[in-house]
Amino acid sequence: MSEKQDVLTLPREELEKLQLEGVKKTIVTCYENVPFYKNLFDEAGFDPYAIETLEDVAKAPFTTKQDLRDNYPYGLFAVPMSEVREIHMSSGTTGIATVGGYTDHDLEIWGDCFSRGVEYANGGEDDVMHVCYGYGLFTGGLGAHYGGVAAGCTTIPMSAGNTERQIRVMREMGSTILCCTPSYAMHIADTAIAMGLDPKKDFHLRAGIHGAEAFSDNFRADLEKKFGYKVLDVYGLTETMGPGVAIECWEQQGLHLAEDHFFAEIIDPDTGEVLPDGEWGELVLTTVDREATPVVRYRTRDITRIMPGDCPCGRTHKRIDRLHGRTDDMLIIRGVNVFPSQIEDVMKTVPELSSWYQVELTTIDHLDRVTLKVELEQGFDFDEIREIEKLQKEVESKMKSALSVGLKVKIVEPKSIPRSEGKAKRVIDLREKGE
Amino acid sequence: MVDQITVFLENSEGRLAALCRAFADAQVNMSALTIADTADYGVVRIICNDPEKALSVLSEEGFRAIATKVSAIQVPNRPGGLADLLDTLASLNLNLEYGYCFSVNGEFAVDVLKIRGEAQAADAAKVLEDAGFKLLSSEDLA
Repeated sequence: MSEKQDVLTLPREELEKLQLEGVKKTIVTCYENVPFYKNLFDEAGFDPYAIETLEDVAKAPFTTKQDLRDNYPYGLFAVPMSEVREIHMSSGTTGIATVGGYTDHDLEIWGDCFSRGVEYANGGEDDVMHVCYGYGLFTGGLGAHYGGVAAGCTTIPMSAGNTERQIRVMREMGSTILCCTPSYAMHIADTAIAMGLDPKKDFHLRAGIHGAEAFSDNFRADLEKKFGYKVLDVYGLTETMGPGVAIECWEQQGLHLAEDHFFAEIIDPDTGEVLPDGEWGELVLTTVDREATPVVRYRTRDITRIMPGDCPCGRTHKRIDRLHGRTDDMLIIRGVNVFPSQIEDVMKTVPELSSWYQVELTTIDHLDRVTLKVELEQGFDFDEIREIEKLQKEVESKMKSALSVGLKVKIVEPKSIPRSEGKAKRVIDLREKGE
Repeated sequence: MVDQITVFLENSEGRLAALCRAFADAQVNMSALTIADTADYGVVRIICNDPEKALSVLSEEGFRAIATKVSAIQVPNRPGGLADLLDTLASLNLNLEYGYCFSVNGEFAVDVLKIRGEAQAADAAKVLEDAGFKLLSSEDLA
């Protein structure tokens, strides 16, 4: 713990020196080991050996999610496969996922990053961490798990689902730190209340480390009141590692970036210009010491800002503000990333439906509910209800396997989905949370 | 066989009224209308005097409507009319999708049946005619 403590309170000058060394190495390694980066840098006329200051990083070209997809599966790996220990993926458009690779060292820094959440919650070996993010390719479950283990917590790998069992285990094992999406935490609280329990008294939670989806201050306050604990927001993305890139400390005044592992810039998403601290824009990340899949100036599409001033907690790592949406049309549904284009791709495989659709997002019992409105194509024989139901079920099952999230298909009358001029209003978000 | 008009209707306010008003304005007369309802939508089935006109009117008004061939059988308007008819069909092991009845005058009633499969519907028609039932055509209902 003491060594970690040191890193988190490192004087800015030393921290930035460490970042500069790491980023220089990342840029050169990418150039020398990954053909994609060699082409990218050469075409942009960027000299990877000429980085002298952290400001110089802005001379490097950006990378995007599309670049990651184009190089699926192993195109962006910077080490031999013999050194890769683990793979994670995030769902992507058109069925192609984006892949993250992890060496032993990468898994260690991941655990280190997420374990800061436990430290920010003033916790450690006496804590029981209850992880109900999904385990698997999704980075949520194992990222939190490695963090719990690295922090010395007793870590319970619950994974998602079966809320009554979650509640039983939380009570019986005396879980003190809950890791899951904020909406699932709320669902657990409400289910417990419906079972006649008082989550404040019947659970032993001190802190919740919640992320993978945006939530408002009101939502947080409601959660904290129900569980009688403190909620720390956690940020991360598979493309750079997973959850733990930034986590809130006990002060709840922004999320401390793990600056010894990530170099962050905020840019104007339209011009690509780097913005000064305090201004809102798109977060761009460069890994400092990632080995398997380092990234240079990755455009996260997430809107935030670097918070000006120092955190009262005394740690020197800069803070990003809580997220303010995205620069693209990605939806986050129950923690899962969904692009409208994925829905379109499935629609194309169902000739009975027209290409018009509308996604309606609502909140029921604090969980996201998705209704997909579609119109029947001319010529579909709907005289028998069972044919309509068969079509509905077919589309629902195709969507579920393409998006990894369930939705309800609602067939509506022709032309009832508005045909607007210009950009169609594909998504109606009526969810309670958000800004 | 007769042409039934089938309309897909969303469960939203005023849609059924709009449909009926469109028929009224076009002088289409309905002799039967049933609604199969689900939570999200309804399927409206209509027997009327001019199916062709009905279809074109509905399409002009933006409704999703199709013509569906159904069997329409005239039965005596007395207790047991439909029971006798179904007994006659029992041996054929037919798959009946749906059915409904209406009376046009005191003497006769009309039973409408949707029998799955064209061949099965033809078999049924033959058996019914052999047993003395009168099968109606669209002209009979015009």
